[in-house]
This record gives sequence, structure tokens and C-alpha cells, in this order.
Amino acid sequence: MSGGHTAQVIRTGAGARFVIYVLLAIFCIYYLLPLYVMVVNSLKPLSEIQAGGMMALPETWTTAPWKSAWSTAQVGVEASGLRPYFLNSILMVVPAVAISTMLGALNGYVLTKWRFRFDTILFGLLLFGCFIPFQMVLIPMARMLGLMGIAGTVGGLVFVHLVYGIGFSTLYFRNYYAQFPTELVRAAMIDGAGFFTIFARILLPASGPIVVVCVIWQFTNIWNDFLFGSSFSDYDSQPMTVALNNLVQSSTGVKEYNVHFAGAIMAALPTLLVYILAGQFFVRGLMAGSVKG
Amino acid sequence: MGFLDIENVTKSFGSVQVLHETNISVEEGEFLVLVGPSGCGKSTLLNMIAGLEEITSGEIFIKGRPMSGVRPADRNIAMVFQSYALYPTMTVRGNISFGLEMHGVPKAEREQAIARVAELLQIEPLLDRRPGQLSGGQRQRVAMGRALVRDPDVFLFDEPLSNLDAKLRVDMRTEIKKLHQKLGTTIVYVTHDQIEAMTLSTRIAVMYDGYVQQVGTPKEIYDAPANLFVAGFMGSPSMNLLPATVSMAEGVPAAELRRSDGGTARLPFPGNPAIASHAGREIVLGIRPEAITDPESADRNSTGIHVLDLPVEVTVPAGSDTFVVSELGGRDVTGRFRADAVVKVGGHMPFAFNMAKAVAFDPGTEKRIG
Repeated sequence: MSGGHTAQVIRTGAGARFVIYVLLAIFCIYYLLPLYVMVVNSLKPLSEIQAGGMMALPETWTTAPWKSAWSTAQVGVEASGLRPYFLNSILMVVPAVAISTMLGALNGYVLTKWRFRFDTILFGLLLFGCFIPFQMVLIPMARMLGLMGIAGTVGGLVFVHLVYGIGFSTLYFRNYYAQFPTELVRAAMIDGAGFFTIFARILLPASGPIVVVCVIWQFTNIWNDFLFGSSFSDYDSQPMTVALNNLVQSSTGVKEYNVHFAGAIMAALPTLLVYILAGQFFVRGLMAGSVKG
Repeated sequence: MGFLDIENVTKSFGSVQVLHETNISVEEGEFLVLVGPSGCGKSTLLNMIAGLEEITSGEIFIKGRPMSGVRPADRNIAMVFQSYALYPTMTVRGNISFGLEMHGVPKAEREQAIARVAELLQIEPLLDRRPGQLSGGQRQRVAMGRALVRDPDVFLFDEPLSNLDAKLRVDMRTEIKKLHQKLGTTIVYVTHDQIEAMTLSTRIAVMYDGYVQQVGTPKEIYDAPANLFVAGFMGSPSMNLLPATVSMAEGVPAAELRRSDGGTARLPFPGNPAIASHAGREIVLGIRPEAITDPESADRNSTGIHVLDLPVEVTVPAGSDTFVVSELGGRDVTGRFRADAVVKVGGHMPFAFNMAKAVAFDPGTEKRIG
């Protein structure tokens, strides 16, 4: 991605440069404005918001809305703040992402390096699974979760996201491993490595970029999911997105906008962090194999 | 029974048979080269010896042990791949020792084995680098090191030199040959390059279209090709194959060829009674360029030098020799002349044919006569 592409940069004059930078700056401001509004208003007392001036910096800086949103605000019937639901989301997203990435990698490995009869049909079906609308599976899934005895639990949510996640993670890994030289697998077979050893020692160490892509994709999707979270959870197993909605809906009389802003930022922070930490690998991983060298 | 026996082995993909019944027996220490154009089945055969592809029917034996159902890892073979197939995330040391590790060799022994191979191939300074940091020639050495370290019964090489540039290829060729002479291991080597086949092998199997066309020493293959395909494939520039008719004069058969000026050229075969039985019939006369030369360079000991005066169409100077192209029997005929031979394009030259080196083929069956 680096170095080789500098040759393709189009040379432009100073005037054109200026226009480009001004336009870019305008778009930057345009996209960053909502974040600015959220951050400044989450650090103001409610009275300042009610007095108008959403764009203004706080006159008195306060972290009280953040503390309230985290631990004391009314969420549904409980005045627990968002903390327990944040934990629910973590408990849901970490295993769901880890397991779906792992299984996707194994599927990709088998579908490219251990071809069998009807493997393309199987892959086609997995791919088809990616594109089934969420709404269609709600009722059958509720029945399944009930039968398995994990309805209304965090474990149930992990299962739902896992089932949906495998299709995408398989797609990612299959395409990545399709570019992986099969001769390496053959060499390892002659060297005496077995099925799992080849996977763990030869393919997995070379899979960094695609693991990052898969993790970011799964993490953001599962963390941000609302429909499954609201359909398949109980009061004690709701994820962050559902709790945020409840926080905003269940104010007692006065709408505490500053607390809502703080809660919304909390709900968005983990995905933001994942992007910042792993984002540089994201594009690299998506492009991997598509261009030579 | 030999060291490596291929008995009645076939391979089909669905209804397509890519390898027809094949029988080759390799003795211990032999260097067998499977050569042929792409798609001839040579790599498939190699992969079947390695156990990477299933055999449709027949059996392969290594040291008398049938190999069906034996995993590649348990065949005690090592393979060098065309792309080298070095593990990109491991160091050179890791690449070489991986096979030993998988076979449960203790660490101290592994270190010794790595040191031995690294010294043999002179790759000690590279041991802690990754394959991406190596040049093509270095990768090639590491790939060979990975094969050597296991001390296998049979080495399998799958076009190992085809990714190297021309000069390096010649160097590595010499090196592989030296290695074989030094270690005396049994090698099966696949290539499409007939020069590689001629220079490296102790025996060659020429393959085409899923059939083994001929198995023999390089000299047998070169001097007495079994059929028209082998004759045309082996040797560069390739053998002149000229349509001719057999005529008898005083009990000696001769090839009669049509000259470009409408006349007939007669080239008698010395001491080849089998051709006499084809009297009056069409044959294809096969004669290598080095058996056609200027009369001064002709082999003095040959019993069958015949000089023809032929028109010169093209000359191709190659430094050490000059190849002179004329026409005979309606085909181009190439002769190898001394580099300083005076040749004038458009003029006539005496061409000395060494008929002791000539062969004849039946145009119907394409097989060699006699």
C-alpha cells in the first residue's frame, strides 16, 4: 500500500491544491460537528443546554452527566446507569467476535485448501446466509433460543450473532486464503504437519490483515446491533444499544440531554476505539491480494 | 524390483485420463528426469509419488513398500517446489527445521542438522532471515536445504529452476548435479527444459500427452529417439525430420529426398538392415544438425559421410558455431558448421551428411525403424 503508489499521485498546481484543501477542511468540519456537539453538551450542566446555545462551549465544565449516565441514571425501571449494560455488551461482543472469526478462518481454510464434493454449494449457502434480512429470522430464532434454553440471556445473543457472523467471516477468510499458495500447504504436508498444525503454523501467522478486517467488521456490527438486542434479551441481559434507548425514553419529567449525550458517547466509544487501534490495517486487509506486491 | 517402482500407474480426473498406464523403475542413486511439454502428466506423476495426489489405479513402491494409503509425511521423501514454497512467516532456520520438528526430532539434533545443511549449501549467514528478504537463488538454496535436512530416501524436484534467470539457472544446474554426485541420493526431477534433462539426468523419461514416450539414458534418448515426438522434442536446435523414400542399390538402403531444384538427393544408410525392409516406402529421415556440417569438419571415422551440394537460405551465427539452413525434401534442414566456415547466403555449399548418425521413422506409426 505504501511506496509503490506514490508514482500514481497526480501532480496539481498550487491553486488546485488550495481548493482541494479548503473543500477537505469543510467536509472535515461537517462530519466532526455532531461529535463536537455531543462532547461539549455532555460536559455542561442541564441549565446551560436549556438556555439554548448547543454550539457554545460549557461555561461551567462538569463531569456529572458522565457519572450519572454511567452509574445512577434511570434506565427502564432501574436507576443503575449504563454500567451493567455496557458489561452485557462486552460479554456478548467478545466471545461472538472471537468465535465467529475463529470459525470463519477454519471454514476459509477448509474451503480453499481441503476441497471436497459440493464445497462450492456449501460456500454459496453460507454466503446466502449473509444476506438473509434480520427481520426474517426473528421468530424462528426466538423459537430456537427457547428450545435451547438460552432465550433472554447474554449467551443467547452470542449465539445469534455467531450464526450471523460466520457467513461474513467465512467469506473474508475464504477469499484471503484463495490467494494463499497451495504449494505451501503441500510442502507442510510433506514435512509432516497435520490439518490443524498447518492451519496454526502456516496459515494463521500470515493472516494478520484479514483477522483485523474480520474483527472490526464483526465488532462494529454486533456492538451496534439493536434489533436482536431488543428482541432476544431480558432486563438483565440487554446490550448497550437497547439500554441507551431506554435511558433516553425513561426520563422522569425533565429530559436530561447532557446525560443522554454522555450515554450516547459511551455507547459509541468502543467501536471508535477499535477503528482507531486497528483501522490502519483495515484498508490494508481489504486490499490484500487484490493488487500484486 | 528397484528402489522406486511405478507400476501400471494411471490418473484420471473424472472422465479425462491425464496419465496412461505408466511403468518406470528407478534404481538407488539414480537421477531420473521426467521431461515433456506442459500438460504431459509429468507433474501429476511426481505429485503421485509424493502422495499429494491420489493414484487412480496401479501402485507405487518405495524400497519395496507399497505407498497407497501412506501419507506424504510417512513416505520419507522430500520435495522442492517450483515456487520454493518457503513458509513466509518463518525464518530460514525455521523453514529448514520445520519438517524435523514435525517428525519429533529433539532440538539439539535439529540444530546439528541445520548446521550441517547450512554449511553444505553455504547459507549460514541467511539462517535468521525471512524468505522475503532473500534473492531468488538464495530461496532456491533454502528450499533445497529444507529437502536435504530430512535425509530422505527420494528427492522430488518440481521444475525447481524455472523461476531463475538464465545465468543463475545454469549455475544451480551445476550445483544440483554436484550435490547428487556428492550425496548419491535418488532423485526424481520434473522439467520441461530438455537441456536440463540432458545435463542432469542419469536417465530420462520423455512424456507426452499422458504417455511415457521413451525411458533411457540421455545418450539413448538423444541418439536413438523412440519416435518422432522424442526426436523433435529433445535437442536444440531440434533434429531435422525430412520426408524421404527408401530405395535399394546393391543391397544398401538409401533415403531419396526431393531437392529444391527438382532433382533427387540420395543418402545411403550404412549398416541398417531394418530400413531395407521399408524399400519403396515413405519414411521420415531424422538427422541432427551436428551430423550435417562442412566437409572439413565432418567426422573422419564415420562410415557414412555423404556430401550434397545445397543452396544456403539463412545462416544463424551462434558464436561457437554457425547454423546453416537449407532446404531438402520440402523442409528446412539445419546444419552445424564451424564458426569460421565461409558461407554465402544465396550461394551453394557442400553439406556433409553423417548418415551413421541418421535415424528413420515410419510416418504412419511415428516409431523409429530398427
